[in-house]
Amino acid sequence: MRIVAVCGAGIGTSAILKVNAERALDRLGLTADVSASDLSSIADAAADAQVILTSTELAAAVRQAIGRSFAEIIEVVNYFDVEEIGEKLEASLG
Amino acid sequence: MTTLPPLPDTAVVLGARADDWRAAVREAGRALTRSGATRSEYADRMIAVIEEFGAYVVIAPGLALAHARPGSDVRREGLAVVTLADAVPFGHPHNDPVRVVIGLAVSNAEEHVASVAKLANAFNDSGSVGRIARATSADEVRALLGAQAALPGPARPVASGPDTAPPDGAGA
Repeated sequence: MRIVAVCGAGIGTSAILKVNAERALDRLGLTADVSASDLSSIADAAADAQVILTSTELAAAVRQAIGRSFAEIIEVVNYFDVEEIGEKLEASLG
Repeated sequence: MTTLPPLPDTAVVLGARADDWRAAVREAGRALTRSGATRSEYADRMIAVIEEFGAYVVIAPGLALAHARPGSDVRREGLAVVTLADAVPFGHPHNDPVRVVIGLAVSNAEEHVASVAKLANAFNDSGSVGRIARATSADEVRALLGAQAALPGPARPVASGPDTAPPDGAGA
């Protein structure tokens, strides 16, 4: 399974999301390949991804950028809240 | 093991007054420039990221991670911390208002991922933002973040000149 964390510019906030998504998956006993991307390269990064993690603010731009990808977009409010990320991943993957 | 970029005293501003989010980000930009990490134009680019993509840089309640892409205005990897005397709205639907602005500059994307991953460790405790917002010294901020004042390595001579730090006691 592939998960992509997306931020606006330069892999800044998406790196935090990636680290905490890996923590959340670990707690759930799931394994996935989590990568960090920014909006300019999300179309390629999301091509074979099942889930895209991003902020509510960027969700619309991500949806537009990925075009016909089947990936589900999950909006994360607090990037440091591993519980929130875990609940949302579990709902999406479970 | 990667480490956070150094956080020297010049890159820490406690109790800054900012009228709006731009002023708050600019304060972080000035701190990065003062510490030698960036040129002053980097602050404009951090502001441009928020103008273009919105307040998504407010990644947790009260915390903004101001940053821009690597560029020629980044001299070396750098970190700055600004705490605000009065919280400032950035326009984020859930995480406003902001009390702590972290400025981050990196010279390549891989470095970015490693640096930010270290920041994630510091903030996974939900009380961290409040503790940093209330910190009263740069040492306290460094302890909370797990950052060092300087990178380990051979000591370098301190540049001296007419525009360096004021004499001891000034401004105390």
